[in-house]
Amino acid sequence: MGLTLLAQSAIGGLLLGGIYGLLALGLSLSWGLLRLVNLSHFALAFLGAYLTYQLGTQFGIAPWLSALVVVPAFFVAGMALHALFVRFQVSEFASMLVTFGITILIESLIQWLWSADYRRFESGYAQASLRIGPLFVPVLELAAFACAALLAVAAWAGLNRTLLGKALRAAAHDGPIAAAFGINATRLSYLLAGLCAASAGIAGVFIALTSTLAPSQIEAWIGVVFAVVIIGGLARPLGALAAGCLIGISESVTMAAVNPAWAPLVAFSILIVLLLWRPRWL
Amino acid sequence: MALTSQHARAATVAAVAGLIALPYAGVADFYLSYLYVVFFWIALATSWGILSGYSGYWSFGHAAFFGAGAYTTATLAGRWGVPFLLTIPAAAGIAAALALGIGWVVFRINTLRAEFFALLTLSVTYVLAAVISNTPIDGGGGVYLSNVAIPQLGTTVPGAIYLLGLALAFTALAVSRRILRSRLGAGLLAIHDDEDVAEVKGVPTLHYKLVAFAISSAIAGAAGAIQAAYVGYVTVGETFSITVPLYVVLMSILGGARHWAGPAIGAALITVALSLFVGGGHAELGRAGVALALVVVILVLPEGIAPSLLGRFARRRNSAPVAAPTPATASEPGNVVVMKLPAVHAAAGRPLLTCRAVAKSFGGIRALQGVDLQVEEGEILALVGPNGSGKSTLINMISGHFPLSSGSIELHGASIDGLAPHEVARRGIARTYQIPRLFNHLTVLENVRLCAFFGGAPDAAGESPDALALRWLAFTGLEAKAHVLPPALNLHERKFVELARALAARPRLLLLDEVLCGLTPTEVDHAIAMIRKIRAGGTTIVFVEHLMRAVVALADRIAVLDQGTLLALGLPRETMQDPRVVGAYLGAAHAA
Repeated sequence: MGLTLLAQSAIGGLLLGGIYGLLALGLSLSWGLLRLVNLSHFALAFLGAYLTYQLGTQFGIAPWLSALVVVPAFFVAGMALHALFVRFQVSEFASMLVTFGITILIESLIQWLWSADYRRFESGYAQASLRIGPLFVPVLELAAFACAALLAVAAWAGLNRTLLGKALRAAAHDGPIAAAFGINATRLSYLLAGLCAASAGIAGVFIALTSTLAPSQIEAWIGVVFAVVIIGGLARPLGALAAGCLIGISESVTMAAVNPAWAPLVAFSILIVLLLWRPRWL
Repeated sequence: MALTSQHARAATVAAVAGLIALPYAGVADFYLSYLYVVFFWIALATSWGILSGYSGYWSFGHAAFFGAGAYTTATLAGRWGVPFLLTIPAAAGIAAALALGIGWVVFRINTLRAEFFALLTLSVTYVLAAVISNTPIDGGGGVYLSNVAIPQLGTTVPGAIYLLGLALAFTALAVSRRILRSRLGAGLLAIHDDEDVAEVKGVPTLHYKLVAFAISSAIAGAAGAIQAAYVGYVTVGETFSITVPLYVVLMSILGGARHWAGPAIGAALITVALSLFVGGGHAELGRAGVALALVVVILVLPEGIAPSLLGRFARRRNSAPVAAPTPATASEPGNVVVMKLPAVHAAAGRPLLTCRAVAKSFGGIRALQGVDLQVEEGEILALVGPNGSGKSTLINMISGHFPLSSGSIELHGASIDGLAPHEVARRGIARTYQIPRLFNHLTVLENVRLCAFFGGAPDAAGESPDALALRWLAFTGLEAKAHVLPPALNLHERKFVELARALAARPRLLLLDEVLCGLTPTEVDHAIAMIRKIRAGGTTIVFVEHLMRAVVALADRIAVLDQGTLLALGLPRETMQDPRVVGAYLGAAHAA
């Protein structure tokens, strides 16, 4: 196998890792800071993707304009979902089951509205790519990666450099004590839940632009992205991005060097090896 | 009572006989197939409950074991012509082996929490699906079993499959019920509430989780084998779909995952409800309906249907015959109690426990740096020292909770460092926790009985765990609370349940971690009298305490720890007047 092909697949994997990181960001934050394992994150992302697709193909609205609609709407939806968790005092474990149910509900809704067929959003930018020497860098994937990196850095800075972020971390670590120091944990948790859902919306826009849509694809992402979340470390935005890149590159190189069909094994193999090896940051 | 259980047994036998007779009585194949589907889900949901319902390690990967079974049969019977009935045990075996392999990896990670387990098992499903569809096992096109001869057992093929489904569902229920009432079940329920404490109380947690996982998966594998024959054509997409874990989880939650019959009740309800949808041609709507039910049930009825139903039933039964329990005379600590001496009882004065240069570091913090300590058989040794001096760490090291950084610990000359906590417990060391850590979903009696079950050596006198538990509840004055769940107790009662649990394990060495802290002066007097009685029965005691009154009243010797080293060791009065000890407690100025 040529070096060029290897480098090309590594670039592809790195950019794919950006989308993994983007999806993992919201999950990692809500799991680590809200103690909610939100499986419906994927379904929300796909709902966002389908909405982008619908707005683009039926009304000819540009994806970035759709994002202006989808992202705020998802922010509100995330807060509404969080209201449900707060109202019923859902535990960490129960949250996973509830959102599992919600995932299936959204999947059924998508299947009902858009059928189980594969859909492809032809946006016009799909074929655009930059050329660096012998290598091609697809523009859309690059934009997704840039956006993922931007959000990860913003989330990191928000958590570590702002008072609000520190309050969130304190509340996640010990709610009652944080409350005793005047932190309104509930209000902060609504904000974070909204932001996580909004990030699912952003991921959805890029999923619509870069991949083929089908309701069954929701499940295909769950395993890989959760592996990314665990490898990256809970509530660590930069860790999630780095883990996303690691998995993306490994998958992509496996596809090119071994056989595309074995790619799904890569993420889990890395996860299992890391769980056995147990480095300190895990 | 005996009469009702006899009635229940007779009714069960009659029901099973009736169900077996159905295919021979000329019931149409359509109905038999319908009932088979119900049995299939009952078996699958019940098998899931054996690990996940009881121990709280929820698997989202039940499809993997079910699928392993289905493909075992598809390969053996469909490709190699092995007789179908022989493939069922093979399928169960393969699924169990797969579970043991996965369990061996994931259960040994101490930090692995239940959420990780759920996600890992879900991942395994995808991995297995990828492997099977990329190898000749499936090759991507599915496997036909149309050429497989299915023995008709004297009826039609659907009749035979019905009978197999019935047998499997019945087996699953019988196994699950048997497990719940055995040591294994008690251990699994304890793991559900607090795994670390379960281990310290003598439950071999790793072993139990593996066994439960293997049994659970074996039944799922057998279900896969029968289902493969039923559908006649297996594909990766259908077999490893998310439907299997979704349904079994929902069925179990709906019915009640901590009861052996819960998953079956849920399975029957949901299968019938789904068939109504499918009958109307709205399969997708049915799936959405199940998902919605999942959401609503978890939010509104987190314990499931079975517990609340059974609870109502039990209340009715209890209210009639049994008179209100007589209030316990809790003021005098059990004057009826005669402590049984431990099986191995050496003469007093021999060292029971020997710590040699015990050291422990947590990252850069050196919590213990070379502690040498001997505890004589039959003595009461007080462990005192300022906060953070390493007292609780030492207790945790002796009970096996943490591995040593260096040094050694011996019990009766045999090394116990490096043993799993449950092994340490088996050798006769029991401990209490400073902040009581009771199993919150088990009653007070069940809490104590569990420790009688698992702790210490088997009792030579053959006293049953029940009798032992009741005796120690009486000793601690808690008989009246025997059937109460721990969250309903106050701190004083919770501390005494901790004590009763430790005592029920028949320890040679009892480690008490601040049992007196937070008690009123009267309660302290009461507890001091109790600890004296415990020693009088032949148990050696090491206790951590800040309350000097109790230390002076109880201790034969005092060991003073400061900053992870043994500062002083000796008789109470002398030790407490040692200038170094005074200095450590009150600062250098007072020591001079």
